[in-house]
Amino acid sequence: MDKPFDNRAWLLVLPAFLIVVFTAVIPLMTVVNYSVQDTFGNNQFFWNGVGWYKELLDPGSELGGRFYASLGRNFIFSAIILALEIPLGIVVALSMPREGWTVAATLVILALPLLIPWNVVGTIWQIFGRSDIGLLGAALNAIGINYNYVSNPFDAWATIIVMDVWHWTSLVALLCYAGLKSIPDAYYQAARIDGASRWAVFRAIQLPKMSRVLLIAVLLRFMDSFMIYTEPFVVTGGGPGNSTTFVSIEVVKIALGQFDLGKAAALSLVYNLIVLIVCWVFYTVMTGQRAEPGHRAEGGAA
Amino acid sequence: MSTLPGRRLILAAFLVFLMLPIYWLLNMSLKTNNEIVTGLTLWPHQPTLANYTKIFTDASWYSGYINSLTYVAINTAISITLALPAAYAFSRFRFLGDKHLFFWLLSNRMAPPAVFALPFFNLYSAVGLFDTPWAVALAHCLFNVPLAIWILEGFMSGVPREIDETAFLDGYSFPHFFARIFLPLIASGVGVSAFFCFMFSWVELLLARTLTTVNAKPIAATMTRTVSAAGMDWGLLAAAGVLTLVPGALVIWFVRNYIARGFALGRV
Amino acid sequence: MARIDFEALAHSYAGADAAPESYALKEMTMTWRQGGAYALLGPSGCGKTTLLNIISGLITPSSGRILFDGEDVTHLPTEKRNIAQVFQFPVIYDTMTVAQNLGFPLKNRKLAPDKIAQRVAEIADMLDLTSVLDRKATGLTADAKQKISLGRGLVRADVAAILFDEPLTVIDPHLKWQLRSKLKALHRALDMTMIYVTHDQTEALTFADTIIVMHDGRIVQSGRPADLFEQPEHTFVGHFIGSPGMNFIPAEIDGTVARLAGQTLSLATRYPSIPAGTKVELGIRPEFALLTHGPDGLRVQVDRIDNTGRARIARVRLGGCKMSVTVHNYMTLAGSDAFVRFNLSKIHIYADSKRVESAHG
Repeated sequence: MDKPFDNRAWLLVLPAFLIVVFTAVIPLMTVVNYSVQDTFGNNQFFWNGVGWYKELLDPGSELGGRFYASLGRNFIFSAIILALEIPLGIVVALSMPREGWTVAATLVILALPLLIPWNVVGTIWQIFGRSDIGLLGAALNAIGINYNYVSNPFDAWATIIVMDVWHWTSLVALLCYAGLKSIPDAYYQAARIDGASRWAVFRAIQLPKMSRVLLIAVLLRFMDSFMIYTEPFVVTGGGPGNSTTFVSIEVVKIALGQFDLGKAAALSLVYNLIVLIVCWVFYTVMTGQRAEPGHRAEGGAA
Repeated sequence: MSTLPGRRLILAAFLVFLMLPIYWLLNMSLKTNNEIVTGLTLWPHQPTLANYTKIFTDASWYSGYINSLTYVAINTAISITLALPAAYAFSRFRFLGDKHLFFWLLSNRMAPPAVFALPFFNLYSAVGLFDTPWAVALAHCLFNVPLAIWILEGFMSGVPREIDETAFLDGYSFPHFFARIFLPLIASGVGVSAFFCFMFSWVELLLARTLTTVNAKPIAATMTRTVSAAGMDWGLLAAAGVLTLVPGALVIWFVRNYIARGFALGRV
Repeated sequence: MARIDFEALAHSYAGADAAPESYALKEMTMTWRQGGAYALLGPSGCGKTTLLNIISGLITPSSGRILFDGEDVTHLPTEKRNIAQVFQFPVIYDTMTVAQNLGFPLKNRKLAPDKIAQRVAEIADMLDLTSVLDRKATGLTADAKQKISLGRGLVRADVAAILFDEPLTVIDPHLKWQLRSKLKALHRALDMTMIYVTHDQTEALTFADTIIVMHDGRIVQSGRPADLFEQPEHTFVGHFIGSPGMNFIPAEIDGTVARLAGQTLSLATRYPSIPAGTKVELGIRPEFALLTHGPDGLRVQVDRIDNTGRARIARVRLGGCKMSVTVHNYMTLAGSDAFVRFNLSKIHIYADSKRVESAHG
């Protein structure tokens, strides 16, 4: 397992390193620069120090209020998404057919939502949920449920959550399916001989074998749901009111709508930091639980 | 593998749930606007291809497809080309700061695109790439290069290091060894990384739209044009939406037999 | 503890209506006695794993019955059969400790925790696993993992038979011998029926008291290791057991005279029961055929002489027929002409691959 130590390996990493520096570090520096300045109109910048950060972290201020409110929505949203998509994805993976043409057909249908441009996903659900021209909206109203995602915050949330489940559960299911496929038949045969119940087979064999892909699934789903922007923006535009305004939407609103670059930049950095910290916590907790000597630790971060 | 009781029912229900909204979009794309707004019909009563005809004959529509596919292709090519040597380095050597570098690269996958929208706008305007496919392709490297490195590193670590050593003893030069021996061994890994690069570049829109105005505008952004003074052109919007599904569906169809192994990402 | 009976048992993966020749397991009736140590020997695809899976209940046979101590278990599921099985690749439950792994079958059967702990301790002691009981099973070596697989079978007090499906495949060569001796010792101590599938004749010969050779879905011979060596009932057994395998030479038999590639050989006995119109071959093990300078014996051409470590073996041609014969250490050879002398009492005659009884019985 011991890899040789050789600093010339840097030469191989260098091209990738440079492009990521170009696409990530330079813009990030710009953001840092903005975040400590104030701007009035035509590119006139004034030093503002940590002023924006103070305001951002103060729930009493206008900016802070918006930040905490949208951050809260993000956490609630991600929690709901993980609670729904992870179990559902596992169940779907366990329900996959074993062989025959249905396997390929099922995989193709499952993967389809993952390859739809995100604003088209939004458009599909915007149409689907409308009570005048959408099947879902019309059907719900026909059976007496007064459903309208434009005016009712609860309906707006429900729509976005169902949309996200529609959009992303397949990713969890496909990852889990790949994990399940790697289990040799002998494990199931041994479990039958050992008299294991369906639940015991799941706990003793399937779940452990899926743990690596599940870690990837949880991290990816957390990151992407926490950074969600396009789909709710298309469907609800952040409304009704601010009920579906997530942090991403706030950032874009403040930066491009109000052109408050300093505020938007400070918000961006704090937001980015939160994503990193939460991912790190997930990673540490999930890998710490199953300390496996001999297994490489980098297995999960995505 | 063992499966759940009643699994057919669960799976069928979920697949129907996945297909319904897509069916609805397809249904609408084949209707006239008149039929759409006058009442709810479960299938098009007067099916028409007029919406599709309009898209295929209007350059401002179909050039959107070309723009999108161009930057996706460029991005995939750049990401894989740069990620291959980097992944090899991470899978075969220890070097100064390797672990920190690896995590730092991956952490870019965790950067919200919204954070980068504005600085990207400034950066690419400054270097004169604004409104070209290159701007979008480079911007998407932000998350695709780290992803490709991570996936490829998994596949490469599955190839025993003895193979490298034997090849070098046999007198292969590094580039020769890499292209002739190593690359064929991780061909599936390259395929999987290319698939994911395609996927994330194709579906991302916030950056793609921010970095383009006219010349390189992606198809998915062109769709907003359906709002006009006369109200929404729903049929046209639906038809454009359906057409954005086609490249993804084609790609999936070609890789359908590799999906299970692909999603294992070389790490199961 | 059980005797296992097969009654007209057969299996086809294509369903019972498939053509009889295509059956993975052709119809067979046989008895596995309680406490026997059996080895199922045969090449890949001969049906030995199918047979094993029928005993363990992972496969339900297309036709026929299987009885444990006279009780029909043909349609009983695996978990109700009191069978333990050790697979080719070690199956261990990753998240559990060694103790939890060993106790898993008992926990599934809802035994009291203190009973489980007591039984696990006994088994661990028997398998030398006591020192690692609290370790995670994932981190252990392949041979320890196979011992855990075996232990999960032994832990159940009611086990009727233990099945081994090529259990030493992933074990280091120098540990194979240890593990095999352990199995042998366990068999003596526990008086259990053990059925051991392998394609390695050394494993089979050292482990078993009865060897069953399978070929193309059929049992071609079963018996003690010495029987299989000295008196193969089928040319396949002759080829498969022994290294190198038995020589078979096309022959014409006339009374006590055999004609082989134009030369004649006087036999020790007659074979009156050779069916007419069959393909007749004379079989002789290389161990019982000796290369000499002549002048008596059969004239052969020597192609080369190999030193196998235990003995020197000459590869020779008798007419067009290739043979392997023993060469004494002191023998030297000039040129390629030589003679071969057979130990006449070890000759067997085969008609259409099946052994023919001699006049003496």
